[in-house]
Amino acid sequence: MIRETFSQALSMLAGDPQVWEIILRSLVVSGTAVLSAALVGIPLGLLLGLSRFRGRGAVVTLVNTGMALPPVVVGLFVYLLLSRSGPLGSLGLLYTKQAMVAAQLVMALPFVLGITVTGIGSVPRELLMQARSLGAGRLQVALLALREARALVMLALVAGMGRVIAEVGAVMMVGGNFRGETQVMTTAIMEEVRKGNYSLGLALGLILLTIALAANTLMMRLKPGRLPV
Amino acid sequence: MPAHGRKPVTLAWWLPFLAAILAVATWGCGGAAESNILIASTTSTYDSGLFDVLLPAFTADNPGYTVRVNAVGTGEALELGRRCDADVLLVHAPEAEEQFVAAGYGIERHPIMYNDFVIVGPGSDPAGIAGGQDAAAAFGEIAAAGAGFMSRGDDSGTHKKEQKIWAAAGVDPAGDWYHVTGQGMGATLRAAAEKAAYTLTDRGTFLSMRGNLPGLVILVEGDPLLFNQYGAIAVNPENCPQVNVEGAQAFISWLESDAGQQVIGDFGREQYGRSLFVPDAGSGGPR
Repeated sequence: MIRETFSQALSMLAGDPQVWEIILRSLVVSGTAVLSAALVGIPLGLLLGLSRFRGRGAVVTLVNTGMALPPVVVGLFVYLLLSRSGPLGSLGLLYTKQAMVAAQLVMALPFVLGITVTGIGSVPRELLMQARSLGAGRLQVALLALREARALVMLALVAGMGRVIAEVGAVMMVGGNFRGETQVMTTAIMEEVRKGNYSLGLALGLILLTIALAANTLMMRLKPGRLPV
Repeated sequence: MPAHGRKPVTLAWWLPFLAAILAVATWGCGGAAESNILIASTTSTYDSGLFDVLLPAFTADNPGYTVRVNAVGTGEALELGRRCDADVLLVHAPEAEEQFVAAGYGIERHPIMYNDFVIVGPGSDPAGIAGGQDAAAAFGEIAAAGAGFMSRGDDSGTHKKEQKIWAAAGVDPAGDWYHVTGQGMGATLRAAAEKAAYTLTDRGTFLSMRGNLPGLVILVEGDPLLFNQYGAIAVNPENCPQVNVEGAQAFISWLESDAGQQVIGDFGREQYGRSLFVPDAGSGGPR
């Protein structure tokens, strides 16, 4: 079974341009979702990590709870928004890659936000106060904190990517798994398993895992600084 | 933290992010003026591969259309129709379809084709049902023998049919012989093969998976109670002004035409030696 899976994965990669298309679509959809989550989540995380206000603990708890959002529930929520009979139905976004990005963004944001807040919180306060006393402005202090916490911020992006590229419930629901349009790795695996093609599903899973391994290896090389252990 | 003295995070760091978002925001926006038809159908129909021959044949006869199929559960397909997120439904739940039309969500129900269910089980056949043509009697014997039975238990069309047969047999299926997988047809067939149990399956899924189901054979077939009628319904524009009713009607007319019926009747002959779906447009079909 294992040998069969490996050889099937290899022959799919070698002979099936559709597989490459699906891989590329998975990467672009999930990559865009995570980058969008970074654009929103990192500044918000800085704000939340550096400021002190009443109820901050509750907000952080809420954000961390968001990491447990079941993908199908996120998919259902985004579907109801984008449905032709929903509030944003006139945009015609249901069953498009944009809808898939939106659903994955909702899933990635709590990861990026939550881990960024933790990272900023681990930056020594004395360092930031010293910078302030030396005349640094708010923005400069924030950038200093971000630079100090960048290993964890990077981890936040990797964790977010890991969550969304492996999720199937939401993209199936808002993307529709249309062949050549909105089919991604996980929905393709789901379809093959449903049809009883277990080994084909495993082969696709192996490819997905290999991509994740390659991406993480690359991240480790690029990572500017060690993780605080 | 060995961070001091490095260059700060600059705007340039964010540029790739912005570029990527812009790229995707515009991606796929250049839609042409062609007519898009969105079908909601069931996973079992989709997984049979029927659409792989049906859609190319339709678009060859009707250029200018693009057709997309959303494969979901029967209940979800009907719900998508109610919410206007499909133009055509191709499903197999006659009573639910008639309710759907009666409630004003669909224009009219068109019978298109039927396939059939078969009772499969281990070759050893502990309940002794092989060769029978009475599905209800066979279920009665399985229950009386306490032989293992796998039920999907997922409220799918197949599960509803199974419940109908238990009712016809006068059996309330429960006990340590009756197992509920809560999963699709493929997973349930696998479980039946693993446990040497009986189950009810549509013929198409069983034939396409047979190589992976050691020991399972068809034991009972041919009872009219096992027929499974498919209907096509155009979603009603009075309820959903956004639907592509023109495209939906064109697709249904083609399914009912000689050309469409021919494609349906030919499907599966080459691979399995018999049709998986029997075209019956206009006849009303068996129940």
